[in-house]
Amino acid sequence: MTDDTNMQGIPEPEGDVDIIETDYDIGQDNIEGAVGPFGFDIHNPVFLISGLSVIAFVVYALLAPTQAADFFGWLRPMLTSTFDWFFLSAANIFVIFCLVLIVLPVGKVRLGGADATPDYSYTGWFAMLFAAGMGIGLMFFGVLEPAYYFGTPWGDEPLGTVRPFDESGALIAGNVEEARRMALAATSYHWALHPWAIYAVVALALALFTYNKGLPLSIRSAFYPLLGERVWGWWGHVIDITAVFATLFGLATSLGLGAQQANAGLEYVYGVPMGTNVQVILIIAITAIALVSVLRGLDGGVKVLSEINMGLAVLLLLFVLFAAGAGVILTEFGKGLVAYAQEVIPLSMPFGREDDGYRQGWTAFYWAWWISWSPFVGMFIARVSRGRTVREFITCVLIIPSLVCILWMAVFGGAAINDMVANPDTSAVMANVIETYSPELSLFAMLESLPLAAITSTVGIILVIVFFVTSSDSGSLVIDTITAGGKIDAPVPQRVFWCTFEGLVAIALLIGGGLASLQAMVISTGLPFTIVLLLLCVCIVMGLRSEHAALKSTTPAE
Amino acid sequence: MFKHIMVPVDLAHEGRLDRALGVAADLAGHYGARVTYVGVTVPQPSSVAHTPQEFAEKLSRFAAVQGETRGVAAPASHPIVSHDPAVDLDKQLLAAAEELKADLIVMGSHIPRFLDLGSHGGHLASLSHHSVMLVRDEA
Repeated sequence: MTDDTNMQGIPEPEGDVDIIETDYDIGQDNIEGAVGPFGFDIHNPVFLISGLSVIAFVVYALLAPTQAADFFGWLRPMLTSTFDWFFLSAANIFVIFCLVLIVLPVGKVRLGGADATPDYSYTGWFAMLFAAGMGIGLMFFGVLEPAYYFGTPWGDEPLGTVRPFDESGALIAGNVEEARRMALAATSYHWALHPWAIYAVVALALALFTYNKGLPLSIRSAFYPLLGERVWGWWGHVIDITAVFATLFGLATSLGLGAQQANAGLEYVYGVPMGTNVQVILIIAITAIALVSVLRGLDGGVKVLSEINMGLAVLLLLFVLFAAGAGVILTEFGKGLVAYAQEVIPLSMPFGREDDGYRQGWTAFYWAWWISWSPFVGMFIARVSRGRTVREFITCVLIIPSLVCILWMAVFGGAAINDMVANPDTSAVMANVIETYSPELSLFAMLESLPLAAITSTVGIILVIVFFVTSSDSGSLVIDTITAGGKIDAPVPQRVFWCTFEGLVAIALLIGGGLASLQAMVISTGLPFTIVLLLLCVCIVMGLRSEHAALKSTTPAE
Repeated sequence: MFKHIMVPVDLAHEGRLDRALGVAADLAGHYGARVTYVGVTVPQPSSVAHTPQEFAEKLSRFAAVQGETRGVAAPASHPIVSHDPAVDLDKQLLAAAEELKADLIVMGSHIPRFLDLGSHGGHLASLSHHSVMLVRDEA
């Protein structure tokens, strides 16, 4: 920090911020140069170590596939079963923390200074929030999860609720309402306040320390209040490298597994054969579109694609809503909200529960998953959230997406459950979710029960693919920024490198095996990151307090 | 001939701007043209400034220094905040030229930050209907 930037007490054009005084200059550890015609500007050593460690793990998974599968296949369920109480408690803390911030006076603090104006309109902002971190999950789990809880034959009932089918599969009419209510509440629990609170904590920490404290846009900056100048040394390197590592593997393994799912969908709808060739082509296609998107930049590529994506998703949502009966489904949404409100506390109780299958197998798994994605999604949300107040930020990142997710689950899950109840013997949802567990087909099975299935299934496949693209492009931007030491304007070939690298890792793991084991590894990183996120809450409080103090000292009347 | 010269500058690489700045000042003197120094920054902290307003102040000081050291009369500054300058830079510089009603753009063509898959200056010249003068680092 140079000495001419102390702005405390002096009203500036954008309003007051309490900038952290540090001797670190952004880019001071960077190496600039060129390889042939391609310029680069990378952080030393974060770029190199991140890249090499990713390659090392890919080689390990390819050379010792059985060992990797055994180890990570054991590690992930062990962590989520042993530490389920820890994941559940931590997620509850994040929700309460965010809700408290809305009502506290510090909620007035504006990201980017008191007079900053928002960088993006609400539409563009929401589209990017969903497209980066959750859209693909909504496509995959929107039908699967409610249908599964509703008819689960494996004893995974949330809170040990009643079952609507007896041993022979016949419908028990009296249990349907209660089972449906609990299925929607239990699904909404995984998609509403808790996951968005996880993202909000990371995003708020990064936005605060970037826009108000003047530190580089990188995960390490949020730890400044705890680590001080050490964040610029190895402490910070380790934090940033871990974040890059989790983001890249999270994206690459999802991309590989997603290609398999898209292939399954294509087979189900069009009879395209399942095979590695098709999947590799899908990965190349997704990566190629993502490349175009990053080359067109944040506003011309990522945002535009996110908006197209949101438009398509809304169309599909409206179609399912009206095709399955708007009146019935909207009542379902109302009931879903009530059920969520009634059951969220029992469902989030970390102790004294019997429903291990649900709590450990689903909830703890989800929490670890959201948390392992939070550095990426949080950093992307931070990048597009300048100019919002903390109160507005949390309302828009926590409350509104939660409502949208509950609506989505009520529409897709409600339509699926209606089909299961109406035609228990012939329902495709029943066949693909309960009788044979084929999660990747659940969405298409539900669409089959509605008119125009050929068209809507095609829209569904396109949406799945585009959601992968929007995760892939925003992820590449995030990785590029972290490995460039927080520089937003690093040369374009670098983001091309990360985007391509991610596709190559996915293809290598798809062909050589190891997608599932490395995804298990990424989700395992959720445990250490949970501790990190709890520390972030402390950092946010420290940061907001100094910010609020600066605000008060220069605002005579409120 | 020219009334308003726009000079895009990269404050992160001030040292490499010398020739372009000198030429711009000479031309301004010769034609009696106004000069506006245009800088591009990001909403996030950068190596130049922690906030966009700090960047604006630095750019304004930079312009003032040009006035003193190179004898540019009434130098002006025009900061641009870009969400993604690595991609949008050329487009936003052109928009600034329109907005400022500049009739000549003078810029160094090997500002490394601007050089990615090709020369920014060259690209800008090909897109623009303005007169563009590219000043190479070395003669």
